Amino acid sequence: METNRSKIKVPFWLTIALLTGTALSGLALAKSAVVVTSASKLLPRGLYPDFSAGVVQPDGYQVGDVVNNFRLKNVDGRMISLSDFTSQKGVIIVFQSNHCPFSKAYEERIIALDRKFNTQGYPVLAINPSDPASYPDDNFDQMQYRARTKGYTYPFLSDEKQVVAQAFGASRTPQVFVLKHAGGGKFTVQYLGTIDDNPQDPAGVTKRYVDDAVSNLLVSKPVVITTTKAIGCAIKWREM
Amino acid sequence: MRKLLFVYLVAAFSTALAQAPVEKEPLTEPLAADTLATAGLLSTPVPKVKWAALDTLLNNSTDTTYIINFWATWCRPCVAELPHFEQIREDYGRHKVRVLLVSMDFAKDIEDRVIPFVNKMKLKNTVWLLNEPDANSWIERVDASWSGALPATLIINSARPRRMFFEKALDYETLARELSYFIEY
Repeated sequence: METNRSKIKVPFWLTIALLTGTALSGLALAKSAVVVTSASKLLPRGLYPDFSAGVVQPDGYQVGDVVNNFRLKNVDGRMISLSDFTSQKGVIIVFQSNHCPFSKAYEERIIALDRKFNTQGYPVLAINPSDPASYPDDNFDQMQYRARTKGYTYPFLSDEKQVVAQAFGASRTPQVFVLKHAGGGKFTVQYLGTIDDNPQDPAGVTKRYVDDAVSNLLVSKPVVITTTKAIGCAIKWREM
Repeated sequence: MRKLLFVYLVAAFSTALAQAPVEKEPLTEPLAADTLATAGLLSTPVPKVKWAALDTLLNNSTDTTYIINFWATWCRPCVAELPHFEQIREDYGRHKVRVLLVSMDFAKDIEDRVIPFVNKMKLKNTVWLLNEPDANSWIERVDASWSGALPATLIINSARPRRMFFEKALDYETLARELSYFIEY
């Protein structure tokens, strides 16, 4: 029911029906789709004169937000927390999954990012937000196998309950959040989006969004492009 | 004879989706022809297109409702909903409703994956492969709310103007219900 109804004639009875339906099924669908807020249904459509722009209020972290600590199991069996990284300048969080071709297309580039920035204080921390019940390729054994065979240089954490992905407001894999350690154990989002502008062909890349963001942060310059979008595999949320 | 040909051409063009620029890559693209010849099948060719092709559709002024579905062969929920779009094509043939399936598969996979998949699924809807890797440059132009996750579907009639966007898989009932806002019975 998460539809963009601006400019659409919605009879009063249908509005009521929709709202009732939304209320009943809302929880189950809560993260599944577009986040055109239900508030837009409550307001008269005259308030939304713009034909194209849904009024969007995405969940999760935005640039500038402080990130809550989390604790997840790494492929080596150890538990890892964001607070383990307080000696670093920041962290490059990558939501990635085994089953997604767009995610796999970026594996080597993620390793390269870690190789480049780990020693400079911005290590990669990868999180798999897939529910293994939906995608067996993303179960813990397969994660271990992939990390080993592909030679991941970075931790690869299982978020099979999807609580961290939910908190971040991740919607797809791959998806990156560059966090800066602002001091005192506080991490803030400095960039969120995609790694670069060409998933299909590393040689065809012209814009290196994550590299640019981290490079600027390392010399205390503001991040120029702070948010990007990219095609990716939707995170299939567990039934609640 | 010439007049007949003209009538035929007009008919052909009016039933086709909006004519739009198709990417030309003569060096890398002996598109479909060889594959089809060897397969000996009547199959849907899958043109590789650039954003301009889609942009033309999004802004066309004919009173046609386009259902534009973004999918990929490797996207399981996308594949699961494809039959609904095929059913829509059948059931709404008498309305000015056109379905366009826009594949987000990698361009290099068109011969080995996309065309064989389209043949296997016997897709009758028009299929394009949008070869615009820099998705950040166009995702918001499809819909401001789209994160880029697949599947996603835009129902649009620029002449009215009306649009609806879904970043999720749809079932037939939902599609039919949403279409009812675009169609006069």
